[in-house]
Amino acid sequence: MNGTVGKSEKRVDAFDKVTGRARYTDDLCDRNALVAKVLHSTIANGVVKAIDTSAAEKIQGVVKIVTCFDVPEYKFPTAGHPWSTDPHHQDVADRLLLTRRVRFYGDDVAAVVAENEIAAAEALRAIQVEYEEFPFVLDAEEAMKPGAPQLHEEYPNNILAHTSIYKGDYDAAIKEPGLIRVEGWYDTPTVQHCHIENHICFAEMEGGRIVITSSTQIPHIVRRIVGQALGIPWGSVRVIKPYIGGGFGNKQDALYEPLCAYLTTQVGGRRVKLDVSREETFVSNRVRHAIRTHIISYVRPDGTFAARKMECFSNQGAYASHGHGIAAKGMGAFPQLYPCDNVQCDAYTVFTNKPVSGAMRGYGIPQAMFAGESHIEDVARALHMDSLAFRRKNMMPVGYVDGFSKNENYSDSLNQCIEKGMEYIGYERKQAEYAKESGPVRHGVGMAIFWYNTAVWPISLESSSCRMVLNQDGSVQLQMGETEIGQGADTAFAQMAAETLGIPFQDVHVISTQDTDITPFGLGAYASRQTYIGGFSIKQTALMMKERILKYAYELTRMPPFELDIVDGNIIRKNDARVLMSLGALATEALYSLSHSEHITAESTYQIKSNAYSFGCSFAEVEVDIPLCKVKLINIVNVHDCGRLINPALAEAQVHGGMSMAIGYGLSEQLLFDEKTGRPLNNNLLDYKLSTMMDHPDIAARFVENYEPTSAFGTKALGEPPACPGAPAIRNAILAATGVAVDRIPITPHVLFARFKEEGLL
Amino acid sequence: MYDIKALYEAESVQHACALLLAHPEAKVLAGGSDVLIQIREGKLAGATLVSIYGLDELRGVAMEADGTIRIGALTSFSHITRSSVIQEHIAVLGEAVDMVGGPQIRNIGTIGGNTCNGVTSADSGSTLVAYDAVVELTGAEGVRRVPIRDFYIKAGKVDLRPGEIETAILIPKECYEGYKGHYIKYAMRNAMDIATCGCSANVKLSGDKKTILSARLAYGVAGPVPMRAPSAEAAANGRPVCAETVDAFAKAALQDVNPRTSWRATKEFRLHLVEELARRALAEAVRKSGGEL
Repeated sequence: MNGTVGKSEKRVDAFDKVTGRARYTDDLCDRNALVAKVLHSTIANGVVKAIDTSAAEKIQGVVKIVTCFDVPEYKFPTAGHPWSTDPHHQDVADRLLLTRRVRFYGDDVAAVVAENEIAAAEALRAIQVEYEEFPFVLDAEEAMKPGAPQLHEEYPNNILAHTSIYKGDYDAAIKEPGLIRVEGWYDTPTVQHCHIENHICFAEMEGGRIVITSSTQIPHIVRRIVGQALGIPWGSVRVIKPYIGGGFGNKQDALYEPLCAYLTTQVGGRRVKLDVSREETFVSNRVRHAIRTHIISYVRPDGTFAARKMECFSNQGAYASHGHGIAAKGMGAFPQLYPCDNVQCDAYTVFTNKPVSGAMRGYGIPQAMFAGESHIEDVARALHMDSLAFRRKNMMPVGYVDGFSKNENYSDSLNQCIEKGMEYIGYERKQAEYAKESGPVRHGVGMAIFWYNTAVWPISLESSSCRMVLNQDGSVQLQMGETEIGQGADTAFAQMAAETLGIPFQDVHVISTQDTDITPFGLGAYASRQTYIGGFSIKQTALMMKERILKYAYELTRMPPFELDIVDGNIIRKNDARVLMSLGALATEALYSLSHSEHITAESTYQIKSNAYSFGCSFAEVEVDIPLCKVKLINIVNVHDCGRLINPALAEAQVHGGMSMAIGYGLSEQLLFDEKTGRPLNNNLLDYKLSTMMDHPDIAARFVENYEPTSAFGTKALGEPPACPGAPAIRNAILAATGVAVDRIPITPHVLFARFKEEGLL
Repeated sequence: MYDIKALYEAESVQHACALLLAHPEAKVLAGGSDVLIQIREGKLAGATLVSIYGLDELRGVAMEADGTIRIGALTSFSHITRSSVIQEHIAVLGEAVDMVGGPQIRNIGTIGGNTCNGVTSADSGSTLVAYDAVVELTGAEGVRRVPIRDFYIKAGKVDLRPGEIETAILIPKECYEGYKGHYIKYAMRNAMDIATCGCSANVKLSGDKKTILSARLAYGVAGPVPMRAPSAEAAANGRPVCAETVDAFAKAALQDVNPRTSWRATKEFRLHLVEELARRALAEAVRKSGGEL
């Protein structure tokens, strides 16, 4: 062991990225590629009756126009899930490349391919579309009512799915005398990922196959989906994923790769680039599910739960994408985070005429935690109990095992995280100090805990493949199907490989680009899975590689392989720690030997059948200017137990990014729609209030490190968890400051103005 | 890639006027922070542009012999903020334009563009209106000077005649001497935002700091263009420096404005802000003037 795991190694891509050498999709596309642009519908629900492209075709530079009347009729799913060979577990196939049946304002009805951007844009403006308009519905509960406009024939009342978790006997349990009933409705908004690099891809034909370069999190999955969408063998599609400027789940969907692939086939295989604008990204990619949650708790005066009920309505938008997975994950957290003997949960995922909801960092848990942790605060207040004490009395105990996932709560993470958070923010002292305030400007501290689990087993396949190749100098190339999307995965992978092989960190060369023709099969970046999941195949493959190296070392040193080891890039004899030769010398000999030449490599797949809880909390401190209806976030800290930290500096950065997302989620971000037309109102970065550096205090990340026993390197989820607890912590801090409970996010000045009026503060 | 039909570079103010007369459909390009966005959005796709950006004679802040502060139309926001003349005599204007967008926008955006857009939310607008600034316009036939209150005609429309460009903003000595002001930009974010309501107040106090000799108040986003609040001013002029005066001033402002409900904010909330911001802006202006409340 040379101890690289656990060290804040510099990112393997740091210098290329800060000097601008790192190449992203657009950097790889030559300037004479054709440019594609998509024509989006200007109605929220209806059908395309006719499209007149005659004026557009006359525009100089226009090469090809395809409409919804031209495209193949292969319906395909878009979610970036592993394929299931069981038809009952396959994602819903409800998309076409372009659609005659328009289901939201911004749906794709035609595409233009032109010599340049200006001609393409001019052509879009010149295309005439005749629609037949239907009434539309934007709200999930409205969409479930009889008589509501129907989006998909196969789904009556627009219900994509309804699942339940029932435990004990709720109806009998609530009859217990002396119970206190607490009820609340909690709303979360439609938000967008706002990764820096918008989705972009380009496609061309080579040797009769289609080659797509795309800003995606999931190259191998995109290959399958392009095959399905075009009705061609999956092997005739090659997907290349270079560096990408963030994804946060939006690029865990096939976005415009299928259309772009189709367009190149329509222009003789010439390279076609489809570069999505920010405005389109908000509307015609994916958004986070807006979820409305209804919770009823029956509690005993001693602060224990008798029965709990939860129902949630998840706004899917127009197409299934990741569908019910989000609401179901959120629902799954409910009975686990605060176990109770009598529980009724119902989750509904409902189609509406809104942009399509897909995966977004947290995958249902930010919504569930806003509802759940706001409600817990409300229950504690109803009991006149300190909410932290109430949480600690009821939250998941050590030793808890979930019946379905078999996840076990091995450590006292929640209590340990809470203690660190309290200490950082000075919780009890500030609580007491701020309780005395009564003026127009008041302060408060609040907190929330969160539940998360790592990766997707047992709901879906979890496997990872890894390839290692030894160079003449003893360095190693590492290839993984799991993708670097800005989070630092390549660096963590290099550390794990170096540690297991016994070579210096800088001797591992990660091939960052995934190319489905070359890279071993893997599923990509999602579900906070990569460090946990990738760790297994890295360790297994590195151990195989090491065994081969030591076997070859036996030939050169005549020492038995089981008495040899690799330390710091040298072959050593374990008994006396003598360095027998460098790995480089061995590798050179192995390749060029006239007696036994061998290219030492290793490749393997590891299927993971475990999963791990990843818990933590957030503490927030706010200043509320009541007459201005403004919240100033003064201080916020997240504390996580994600097991052993592979790279503390990268872990901290990951937490900072997630917290920034949570701040916007809690206070400012929301995609708005015109009630009269279904048109998005603020699909740009001026009107959509993504929080800026000037809206953040110094944000703090702290860790508790309990080694995760199921994990190859003791680590577990940290990608998504940081985005989960911030919004309810801020909400609870505002409640502490003002006494006003706000049950919807974002908690904007508009919302506070209305609530402060209702509560008589204004 | 921008859809621009033609771009003419003006070599002098007179050349710019001639180009605009020769190409009446052309848009004037200064910093470009609004025009280029509108071209990208398609609203101005295929536009003909006359660029005045190279006319250095329109840059800079200077004090004229009679004490008039002259701000060249092409002066960037960041230069205004850093100007010693502005900092000494009308600091609030430098503070106000320092709230535009972010640093990059403030380096490229110009006060001429900010006023000629005719946008109610312009961060320079309310302060210029509150200080009775004068807009200098130059055309083929010469120079016109228009009070900024008359320059704003309606949303997006200003008093610019064919072949004319704005060459300077002038603030006469009597308009700033003895006054201290405060601007509040109320927005949803602390950067990269446009105002939900902008409020600029300034006062001149008596020598003993006990009486408000003159108070001026202007708003952005309380109506279609930046506007003064004469009722509020009347409620404070000649009144003693005290909380009651500030309160009367703020309440009277409600008579001067008529904001509307849009998806960005309700009328009720905007009215609440009009009053609250007036109270805070005046109190701060009084404090800056040495008055005590």
